[in-house]
Amino acid sequence: MSPRLRQVLFWGSAAVVFVVVTIGLVDLPALGQYRGPYGDIINHVALPERHTPQSVAAVTFDYRGFDTLGEEHILLAAVAGVVLLLRPQRSERQRPPRDEASDRPLLRTDDLLRGFGAVLFGGTLLVGAYIVLHGHLTPGGGFQGGVLLASAFFYVYLCSEYQAFHELAPTRVFELLESLGAGGFPLVGLAGLVAGAAFLQNFLPLGHVKSFFSTGTILLLNVLVGAEVWAGVILILSEFFHQTLEIRGTNQ
Amino acid sequence: MTPLIFITVILLVIMGTAVVLTREPLEQAIVAGIYGMLLSVLFLALQAPDVALSETVVGAVLFPLMIVLALAKVKGKGAQ
Repeated sequence: MSPRLRQVLFWGSAAVVFVVVTIGLVDLPALGQYRGPYGDIINHVALPERHTPQSVAAVTFDYRGFDTLGEEHILLAAVAGVVLLLRPQRSERQRPPRDEASDRPLLRTDDLLRGFGAVLFGGTLLVGAYIVLHGHLTPGGGFQGGVLLASAFFYVYLCSEYQAFHELAPTRVFELLESLGAGGFPLVGLAGLVAGAAFLQNFLPLGHVKSFFSTGTILLLNVLVGAEVWAGVILILSEFFHQTLEIRGTNQ
Repeated sequence: MTPLIFITVILLVIMGTAVVLTREPLEQAIVAGIYGMLLSVLFLALQAPDVALSETVVGAVLFPLMIVLALAKVKGKGAQ
């Protein structure tokens, strides 16, 4: 394709997109103005029906729980895809991670940085666990908290060495955690069927409003999604590290 | 619209353009990271602190890291 033709094609389609987007934007409600009836209905029924002040959690883990099931498995498919693509190829071989430039003076990681990393690790784990476990009461939940839990382990790599990350996040454990989270979600849904309710409908007792055990399956599903996201991000990271730091082409 | 939201949206438009206009992958990873940080400020201004935290982690830490790791691998191959 000649550059000239490409230019014509680009500016032509850009003009079409601009017109369509402008027409679409003109009629949008102002920022903060809400028109639809759905959110208002949920806001009214979520507390009496699902005992949760967090309507978002009620939607994602109950009213539209089936969508979240799909969303969770999209992540599973992505993780499986990364693991599959980044596995050692026939033309590559694995060797233990070592310093590539051995003639350069070794920089020791400063104790201050190591200490800072330890504080970050503990703090981020705590915040992540809090956000997962209180997703049914306050903003947050399994997806947001799971990503934070995984980032705690990444700080270990940043403030220390690859080896420390490798030992702290054993692939086997996180593979188990990943399957537990991905398989547990539909099992909770099926348990609802066994208990005589609909798929993914709550079948656990609802406690006092705003207490920790007050929303039945929402807390359980949040924990499962948290485990799945946590393990998923860790697995993607360790595959990337593995491929970059341990696997080399045979003639390299 | 509060001033914070307005300023953040304007900065996001500028940074988004900057991400597209940066052609060098390594530099683009860093610019995209800054874009992710800005986006998390917007989420914070829109009262979604948890989403802001996740966006910081994904947009400013994990995403640039994956690009950098992938670049390290590809460049290593090119050097054979």
